[in-house]
Amino acid sequence: MSQDIATIRVTRYRPEKDGKPFFQEYKVPYRKDMVVLDALNYIKANLDGTLTYRWSCRMGVCGSCGANVDGVPKLTCASFLHEFKGRTIKVEPLPHFPVIKDLVINMDDFMHKLVEIKPWIIRDKESPPEDGEYRQSAEELERYGQFSSCINCMLCYSACPVYGLNEKFLGPAATALAYRYIEDSRDQGKAVRFPIVHEIEGVWECTLVGECSVVCPKGVDPMLAIQKTKILGATNALKSLVMPRGGGK
Amino acid sequence: MIIGGGAAGLRAAIAAAELNPKLDIAIVSKVYPMRSHTVSAEGGMAAVLRTDYDNFDLHAYDTIKGSDFLADQDTVEFFVREAPKEAVRLEHWGCPFSRDPDGRISVRAFGGMSVKRTLFATDKIGFHLLHSLFQTSLKFENIRRYDEWFATSILVENGRVDGVTAIDMRSGDLVSFLAKAVVIATGGCGRIYQFTTNGWIKTGDGMALAYRAGVPLKDMEMVQYHPTLLPNTGILITEAARGEGGHLLNKDGERFLKRYVPNKMELGPRDILSRAEMTEIKEGRGFEGPYGSYVHLDLTHLGEETIEAKLPFVKELAEKYLGIDPAHEMIPVRPGQHYMMGGVHTDIHGYTGLPGLYAAGEVACISMNGANRLGSNSLTECLVFGAEAGIGAAQYATKQAALSFGNPVQGLALEEEKRIYDKVLKPEQGEKISTIRTEMQKAMEEHVGIYRDENNLKQACRLIGDLKKRMKNAVVEDKDRVYNTDLVSALELDFMLDVAETIPYAALARKESRGAHSRTDYPKRDDDQFLKHLVVYQTGTVPRIETMPVTITRWKPEARVY
Ligand SMILES: Cc1cc2nc3c(=O)[nH]c(=O)nc-3n(C[C@H](O)[C@H](O)[C@H](O)COP(=O)(O)OP(=O)(O)OC[C@H]3O[C@@H](n4cnc5c(N)ncnc54)[C@H](O)[C@@H]3O)c2cc1C
Ligand code: SF4
Ligand code: FES
Repeated sequence: MSQDIATIRVTRYRPEKDGKPFFQEYKVPYRKDMVVLDALNYIKANLDGTLTYRWSCRMGVCGSCGANVDGVPKLTCASFLHEFKGRTIKVEPLPHFPVIKDLVINMDDFMHKLVEIKPWIIRDKESPPEDGEYRQSAEELERYGQFSSCINCMLCYSACPVYGLNEKFLGPAATALAYRYIEDSRDQGKAVRFPIVHEIEGVWECTLVGECSVVCPKGVDPMLAIQKTKILGATNALKSLVMPRGGGK
Repeated sequence: MIIGGGAAGLRAAIAAAELNPKLDIAIVSKVYPMRSHTVSAEGGMAAVLRTDYDNFDLHAYDTIKGSDFLADQDTVEFFVREAPKEAVRLEHWGCPFSRDPDGRISVRAFGGMSVKRTLFATDKIGFHLLHSLFQTSLKFENIRRYDEWFATSILVENGRVDGVTAIDMRSGDLVSFLAKAVVIATGGCGRIYQFTTNGWIKTGDGMALAYRAGVPLKDMEMVQYHPTLLPNTGILITEAARGEGGHLLNKDGERFLKRYVPNKMELGPRDILSRAEMTEIKEGRGFEGPYGSYVHLDLTHLGEETIEAKLPFVKELAEKYLGIDPAHEMIPVRPGQHYMMGGVHTDIHGYTGLPGLYAAGEVACISMNGANRLGSNSLTECLVFGAEAGIGAAQYATKQAALSFGNPVQGLALEEEKRIYDKVLKPEQGEKISTIRTEMQKAMEEHVGIYRDENNLKQACRLIGDLKKRMKNAVVEDKDRVYNTDLVSALELDFMLDVAETIPYAALARKESRGAHSRTDYPKRDDDQFLKHLVVYQTGTVPRIETMPVTITRWKPEARVY
C-alpha cells in the first residue's frame, strides 16, 4: 500500500514545565486506512515518548480518545488521515474543559453531573430476579434507545456554545441520559429526576444551536432529548397546577 | 478494595455494597470504569431463560464440551444456575436488551451453544452492560471510586493481604491503601500479542500482581483465537454475525467448514474454526492482501434490514474501517488473539488461597472455560463470579479487625516507591519501551500462536527471558509526575513480560492438543496424562509448574466432535 506523509501539529501542555500551551509539529508516514490516533501512537512509539493522550479500544466505543481535530471535536480513532491530505492537521484538546496535560482533559464536571441526574432505574419496589425480566416492547425500547447509546466522549460539550459560557449548564450528554431514564418504561423515578433537569441551569439554558447532535459520533441526538424534556416539563408544570401535589401516577 | 471497573469489578462492588452497607468499598481503575474493555463486547451473554426448550444441564454440557473437558464441572454447574438470575438483575438495572414482540429479552444462536440462549442488545452488549452496571453503581454511597489510578502492587504481610499501592495518575503520587480484602478484576492480557481484539489497556496487570504476590496462574497455555478479526486493525466482527446466519467462504467461494465441523458449520467453537481458517490459508485457499492472508465472511444474503436491526455495529465498523457495505460486499477476516481462558488461580468462590485476595472476570481462572471458552459465556461469568468474589471479600473484610499502617507495610510501600521512581522512572539512558514491547508481541505471535511445537515454544521462552533482562535497562522518556502515560506503559510492559513468559512454559509442559492449545508435535488429546490443570508459580528464575486435578461431576470426557 502506498504511503504519504502527514504533518501533525499537536498542542503540548506540560504543567510542570511550561506556563503556556504550545504547538509541536511531527511528520508521520501513513496509509489510507490509518486514523489520527494511529498517528499519535506512531509519534509516541517512535518520535516522542512524552506525548500524552487517552485511548483504549480503537473502535469508537470506549469514548476516551476525543480531541479537536482541525477545529472540530472528533474521536481520533474514527478520523482518517487521508481526509486531511495536503494539509497540516491540528490536534488540540477538547475545548471547554480544563487541560491536565497535552490532550488529556479534566472531565470531573461531567462525572458530577452524571451522578446528579441519578442515572439508574428507580423503582418503588424492585422485584426479585426469580420473577423474571420486566417486559418491555420494541416500541418502548425505541423511545429511549438512541439516548442510551451515549459513550460519554464529551464531544458534544466541546461543541456546545452555551456550556462554553456557563459550565453550570447540565448540557447535552447528561440531559440525554436523564431523558433516557425518564423515557424508560421500567423507571418510576420521574418525580425525583424532573426537578434536576428543570432547575435554572437544566434544559432551559439551551438555545437550540444543535451542534451537539452534529458532532455526536454515536447518533445520539442530545438536542432532541433537551427539547423533549422541555415539553415534558411544560406539560408537567401545567398538570401540577390543576392537580393536587403527589396526585396521580 | 476492588482493582478494576469493568464488568467483574463493578459487579463485585455492587455485591459487596448490598451485602454490607457499612463497608467502605473502593474501586481503583486505571481508566474511568465506562472505558474498560468490557465496553467492546458485541455479541451477547448466555443464560438459560427459555426453559421451554433449554435447561441448565444443556448449558453445562455445552460449556464443558466446549472446554474440551478441562473445565471444573462443579464450577460450571454453579455458573449455569446463577446465570439467569444475574441476567435478570442486569435487566432490572436498566440494560437495554433487545426484545421479542411479547416483551421478553431476545435470544440468538452462538458458537458451541446447542440452542438459542445468548441474550443481546443489538450488537453492543458489552457497552450497554458496562454503562448499566456503572450507572447503577453510582447509587451506592459506600462505593468510592479512584478513577485513573494505576495499581502497582499488592501489599502482603504475614501471609495475608493488607492493601494495595497505586499511582494517582493526575498527581503522579504513589499512595498505599490499607485494605482488609482485595478483589482483582483487571481483565485479560491480549496486548502481549501483536494481533488482538483487545484494547490498549488489556495488559495483564492483575495476573502479574497476583503472580508476584505468590499466587499461581492457571491454564495459561489456553489462549483463545477468534476466527473473525478485520485483517488490518484486529477489530472484532462478532460471532453474532454468524449466529444471525453469516457464512465463512474460501477463495473458491466454498463454505469450507463442511470439512471440519459439518454439523455445526459457522456455529462451531472458536478454536476449531480458527484452525480451519489457518488450514485453508496454508493449503492455498485463502486470499492474499496487504495485511497477510484472509478468508471471507459473507453477510450479503442476510439483507439490509436484518443487518441494520441486529448487527448495526458490524455495519458501522465495516463501513468506517474498511469502506465496505456488508449488505453488498464480503468482509475479509482472519483469526487473532481474543481472550484468556487462563489467569489467576481461584476456587469456585473466586478466592485465590492467599487470605484476603480474590479474583474475578477475565483475569481469573475459576476453571469454567477450560481449554476453550464458548462465546457469550464470559460476560455472564464476570457477573456471576464478580458477585461471588465481591460477597466473599465483603464477608472476609467484615470479620477482620482494623488494620494499622505498621512497619512491615510501610517498608513494602517504600520499596515500591523506590522501584517506580528510582529504578523505572529515573534512568536517563536506555532502550525504548516501544521496541521491547514490539519484540515481545512478535515473539508471542510467531512462536506461541494457534499452532505450537517444542522448538517454537523453547524459542519463545528464550526470547521473553532476554526481553525481561533488557527491560531492566529501558528508559522512560517522560520524566514528569503528572499524568505520565510513558511511566504507566513501562510498568504495564513489565507486568506483561511476567505474564507472557508463563504461556510458553505452560504450553511446553502440556504435551498434548486440547481445545485452543494445539501442538503439532502432540496432535492428540491425552486424558491419561493431561486431564489436569497446569499452575505456574513465580520463582527467582524460570517459572515452576505444578498440576491440579480437574473436577468431574457428571460428564465423563468423550471425543469432542461437532
Ligand atoms: C472485542 C471483544 C468482544 C467480546 N465480545 C464478547 C461477547 O459478545 N460476549 C461475551 O461474553 N464476552 C465477550 N468478550 C469477552 C469479554 O468482553 C471480556 O472477557 C470481559 O468483558 C472482561 O471483563 P473484566 O471485567 O474481566 O475486565 P475489563 O472489562 O477488561 O476491565 C478491567 C478493568 O481493570 C482495570 N485495570 C486493569 N489494570 C489495572 C491496574 N493496574 N490498576 C487499576 N486498574 C486496572 C481497568 O481500568 C478496567 O476497569 C469480548 C471481548 C472482546 C475484546
Ligand atoms: S451525546 Fe454523543 S457526543 Fe455527547 S458524550 Fe454522548 S456520545 Fe459523546
Ligand atoms: S479509542 Fe476508544 S473511542 Fe477512540
